[in-house]
Amino acid sequence: MNLTVNGVEARLVSPPLASLLHVLREELGVTSPKAGCQQGGCGACTVLVDGEPRRSCLVPLATIEGARVTTVEGLGRPDDLAPVQAAFHEGYAAQCGFCTSGMLIAAHAYVERGGTDERGAILEALGGHICRCTGYAKIVAAVSAAARGDVATQAVEASYEPVPGEPEVLVKGSPA
Amino acid sequence: MAAFGDGADVTVVAGGTILMPELTYGRLQPARALLLTRTGLDTMRRENGTVHLGATLPVAALEDAPEPLASAARHVADPEVRAQGTVGGNLCAAHAAEAPRGDLQAPLIALGARIRSTGSGGERTQPVEEFLAAAPTGRLVLGIEFEEPQAGAWAALDRPHAHDYTALAVSACRGADGSDHLAASGAAPRGIRLAAAEAAYAETGDAGRAGRDAVRDAKFADDALASTWYREQMLPVLVGRALSQLEEAA
Repeated sequence: MNLTVNGVEARLVSPPLASLLHVLREELGVTSPKAGCQQGGCGACTVLVDGEPRRSCLVPLATIEGARVTTVEGLGRPDDLAPVQAAFHEGYAAQCGFCTSGMLIAAHAYVERGGTDERGAILEALGGHICRCTGYAKIVAAVSAAARGDVATQAVEASYEPVPGEPEVLVKGSPA
Repeated sequence: MAAFGDGADVTVVAGGTILMPELTYGRLQPARALLLTRTGLDTMRRENGTVHLGATLPVAALEDAPEPLASAARHVADPEVRAQGTVGGNLCAAHAAEAPRGDLQAPLIALGARIRSTGSGGERTQPVEEFLAAAPTGRLVLGIEFEEPQAGAWAALDRPHAHDYTALAVSACRGADGSDHLAASGAAPRGIRLAAAEAAYAETGDAGRAGRDAVRDAKFADDALASTWYREQMLPVLVGRALSQLEEAA
């Protein structure tokens, strides 16, 4: 089986009915899609499959042979954020961050297909995503800003220097 | 279709939205899997007053279908799940432990849909109620067809969240021949025709009377979404709403 994940072609050994979520996290080590409920109910595993948002926990690998998969890792880079990423950063739209990957993917797809800043339409587009921090107000505000093109243009200052004594990366495959 | 045979030991994979959690949580270990991806069954055609739906048409595509199917489809889960789940899968969705599923069964009953399926004994086309009554295991849905109705309407209890199943919904339809049809989701383990309500409405034109008679066909149950008592109170209300919307739409 083959997939193109964030522009990189991958040959896969996972079984045909493995979920795309399992393939991404366990075989490829792409951990932005979160393994939340794993039954389609929380939205945290949402990725783009050929440009369309899909619950990766509900997608059997065999049904998307050859597809282009985009996760948050492929949306933008720290010095070149996608508009929704910049808007989330600017509007402090992430609290614990667990739902953020799924929210960003759904919001990105919404903005890319010309979604407006109308509140009802944004709520519909994000209807499948649960934020356990209940941080919805800032999330919806950020998506509105991205839809209006009203996002910060300056590059985000991000430091990747590990804190001395702290592990450099989280354990591969860990849930958060 | 030959790969399906009589359906024994075959796990059909269409959209995957119902199947995948079963696999992930180890409740199902398929001996053989039949993938319906790229079978070309994901189309909707309208020809000479008949609507033809392919079995793997995504639920999202039904937003362009006639009422009450379109409204029912818009209230299935969320945009991502609707884009992935299929009309055939929803039709065959068994009653879950905690809630009735298969929200498209009732609108298809109201529309008088016919189901084309294959399995033991070969291909056959039968009314949706007959198909559902036989419990669809062992049958592979190929397509669904129904005549364009004159008008349709759908009334339901609002869902607290996109991921809740609809606790109770009523589909109403005025067929091409002018006869009115009523069906309900959430009033029995699967979608049912509200025959007594249909008869009462045809006889008296009284939506209130039809609503009171609707409970006669129901087989309510308590579940995580609503109690039997609540459903009994609400079914007549929803029948009344659906019929008044139907009269407005007609």
